Amino acid sequence: MKTIKNFLLFSVGILLPFLANAQNEMTDNWETSPGIIGTVILIIIVLFVAVIIFLAKMNAYIDRLKQKKIEKERIAFSDELTALENEEIDQILENRKKALKYNLKGDELGSKNKAVDKKGLIKRVKKDPNNSFFDEKKKTPLSIETPQKLKEIVTYYLAASTFWLVFGTFIGEYLGFKFVWPELDNISWLSFGRLRPVHTNTVFWGWASLAMIGLGYFVIARTSNTKIHSYKKAKIAWLLINATVLFGNIALMSGINNGGGEYREYIWPIMLMFAIGLVITFYNFYKTVASRKISEIYISNWFILASLIWTVVLAIIGYLPFYQNGLGETVVQGYYMHQGVGMWFMTFTLGLVYYYLPATLNKPIYSYSLGVLAFWTQMLFYTMIGTHHFVFSPLPWWLQTVAIVFSVGMFIPVIAGTTNFLMTMRGSWNHISKSYVLPFFLVGVIFYFVGSSQGSFQAFRFTNYVWHFTDFNVAHSHMTMYGIISFILWACVYTIVPKLNGKEPPQLLVGAHFWLAFIGLFAYMISLMVGGTLRGLSWMEGEPFIESVILMQPYWVWRAVGGTLMFISHLVFAYNFYYMVKKRPQKVTHKIETVKGESVTV
Amino acid sequence: MLDFNTNHKALVLTAFGVFVVLSIGVAVIPAFQMESYEPLPKQEDLTEKEFKGLQVFVGEGCVACHTQQVRNIEMDNVWGERPSIPEDYHYSKQRLDVWRQSASILGSERTGPDLTDIGKRQPGAAWQLLHLYNPRAVSKESIMPSFPWLFEEIDSSAVKEEDVTVAVPKEYLQESGKQVIATEEAMQLVAYLQSLKQPEMPENSAPEFIPFSKVKEPSGNAQANAGGSSGLDGKKLYMNTCSACHQANGKGVPGAFPSLAGSETVNNQDPKKMIKIILEGYEEMEDYGPMPGFADQLTDAEVAAIMNYERNSWGNEAPEVKEEDVKEVRSSLSEEANQ
Repeated sequence: MKTIKNFLLFSVGILLPFLANAQNEMTDNWETSPGIIGTVILIIIVLFVAVIIFLAKMNAYIDRLKQKKIEKERIAFSDELTALENEEIDQILENRKKALKYNLKGDELGSKNKAVDKKGLIKRVKKDPNNSFFDEKKKTPLSIETPQKLKEIVTYYLAASTFWLVFGTFIGEYLGFKFVWPELDNISWLSFGRLRPVHTNTVFWGWASLAMIGLGYFVIARTSNTKIHSYKKAKIAWLLINATVLFGNIALMSGINNGGGEYREYIWPIMLMFAIGLVITFYNFYKTVASRKISEIYISNWFILASLIWTVVLAIIGYLPFYQNGLGETVVQGYYMHQGVGMWFMTFTLGLVYYYLPATLNKPIYSYSLGVLAFWTQMLFYTMIGTHHFVFSPLPWWLQTVAIVFSVGMFIPVIAGTTNFLMTMRGSWNHISKSYVLPFFLVGVIFYFVGSSQGSFQAFRFTNYVWHFTDFNVAHSHMTMYGIISFILWACVYTIVPKLNGKEPPQLLVGAHFWLAFIGLFAYMISLMVGGTLRGLSWMEGEPFIESVILMQPYWVWRAVGGTLMFISHLVFAYNFYYMVKKRPQKVTHKIETVKGESVTV
Repeated sequence: MLDFNTNHKALVLTAFGVFVVLSIGVAVIPAFQMESYEPLPKQEDLTEKEFKGLQVFVGEGCVACHTQQVRNIEMDNVWGERPSIPEDYHYSKQRLDVWRQSASILGSERTGPDLTDIGKRQPGAAWQLLHLYNPRAVSKESIMPSFPWLFEEIDSSAVKEEDVTVAVPKEYLQESGKQVIATEEAMQLVAYLQSLKQPEMPENSAPEFIPFSKVKEPSGNAQANAGGSSGLDGKKLYMNTCSACHQANGKGVPGAFPSLAGSETVNNQDPKKMIKIILEGYEEMEDYGPMPGFADQLTDAEVAAIMNYERNSWGNEAPEVKEEDVKEVRSSLSEEANQ
């Protein structure tokens, strides 16, 4: 122990003169001066050693705890043995004897027996299979027994969200066209400035929020092995949230805007309905989890419950008026818009992945502890980084630095989450060839890693210098809200809705949805990233502003093309959803032809 | 110990509590601190008209594309003379009314130019109005939306005296033969835009821009005062100050802003009238919008540099103007004003 302490003191002793030296050498290229670099390296070495020591200590401590636990379990087990009655022991021995004597007869697989389907497992007999080009992909094997009322709730939420997706992205598409043809119309209600928030708010509060809550109702009931606390409350919240989006959009289009802060454009009386809807949903979820029939709270529910309570706090802080004059509003804006994405959409969606991904692969999540780590770090780091939307702004420099530092910290939950999901998928890659659910998940997870890391890099001061204020921001937000959130939501919808209703949409159409959305997003992203970078460089060169507008034109065209593909994919999705949930007359399903050609229904 | 795995109450309360504490630390307290900044000594509050203009600005969603923050980095110094500071926003970021909070004017996208100093850059109401009516009338490549609902188109005979008419080139009229009148909202919005000027800082206290590259070229200001044929770039000054109306090709916008190419005033041997127009503005030209004066904005040397560029471009030919000529006219003008 003493040697370690000495070593630490020694290294600090070595460091000090270097630090002093570095101070003197502050010249033009200070950040590449050997003094600074050397100092940084030394500090890293010291930190590294300190971390190793810390880890070794922790390890020993945990070992001791483990030993104690094992000892306890051993004692409990022998206690149990000595407490057994004589008959019980005989029973156990008897069973064991039988098991040891068991032998296969050799005809279990029925080579000489008649093939009989005693349990009605075979659904259809085909005489000429083997058309390998149009071979059908595997059907969803089983339907999950679900209370009719829960089914109804999930369907209601998803149907509304699908409507808002189509509506919201139609608006987005129209706005994309306006970059290319600014004179598309001259109607005040359809002007760019008024419609832009309609697009963003609709896809936020209409599409993603409703879809998440709908999918969440299923998770929360299923993983708690109980029924939803109140179906009626679920419906009230549904009404409130839909009313928020409807009235909010009408207000925006008529020129009533809370102040122009992103995602905070609905005025408070309208957003209040959303907040009440959230509180009701939280209460409903919480009560459901509280009445669970198993002792553990599944990790999905951690994320879902937390995201609901966090978002309620967020809405309240975002709308309270007491500190929002002057730049106070700007601080809150950075906090609000980032947390809206991080604490609401990202957290909730991660909760959904922790259930739906393992469910679709029919295996457990790779590591429960990684999920717990991701949960707490998500809370600690994500909360702090709102101001990275205002780097170099007149907001306090320290606040900007905190935001940048914690943006880097976001690598921890992101890597934890990505690893967990990819490792869960490992060994099940053959699912990719069987259905489109896994591809949707895979794209979502990869974007989770790429989009989030890119966001962290974008927070750095240098990258901010180039990219901030350009269309690169728009590319980033679509990479995350679309690439991560929407793709994962679709994966979840395609996982669960066929199981609820026993009807799968044609693979061709699901495939069309996937590829159109994916290629569209890629075109959208790349064009705006390239264009945005060039635009930033043009500004740095000090060229006249209008040059950067002219420069963007081809990239805006490509964005519109990508956006069109995305929008078409949503139409396909809407059809697929309709196909899955439409009511069919409850006719008898099995028809068997007898030898004489008569048809008998069973 | 709290067992989050099985105790839902502990789990939710912890998540809630920690989040609230972090939020207060990172948002609420800094917000209170930022709110407490007082305005600069020479800063002026918005008039009622300008404040209404700000409300139009918010309602139309202008903040979606226009920022109002000069960041403290070199590339932003085209938008203002100094980086923005919290004090700048004292008056403009007050709660709008019961229903609406203070405007998010700092913005996050710069699809269009920054507006921090637009009142200095584009002081002319005529330009602002035509630009709002149809941006492409003055800037061909602009993708800004038109705002025709802020204007009325009426018969020329119906124009009343108090109406503000907008000089619109024929091809941009929605209905030919009509006269375009600015509504009250348009005038409020223009008043707000004209009010957007960086307030003056007490001397030597302005924060500095962070340069992008370490080696900075010496600025041209040292030589600027040398005389008429100074180191000032007349073309650049023209592009920044004049081209919005008179256009880069000097031909102006027919029906709104007169052409400088081939203009009698510009080609006149005696530069006095031209200097006077630049310094004082001009309203007497028929069929064209009024021109604002630039006496406060441009130095004598800058006026001379711009004039020399104008008088020797686009086929124009006229003798050189000296800084002293401008100085002379300026002092005679101020004498007139004093009488």
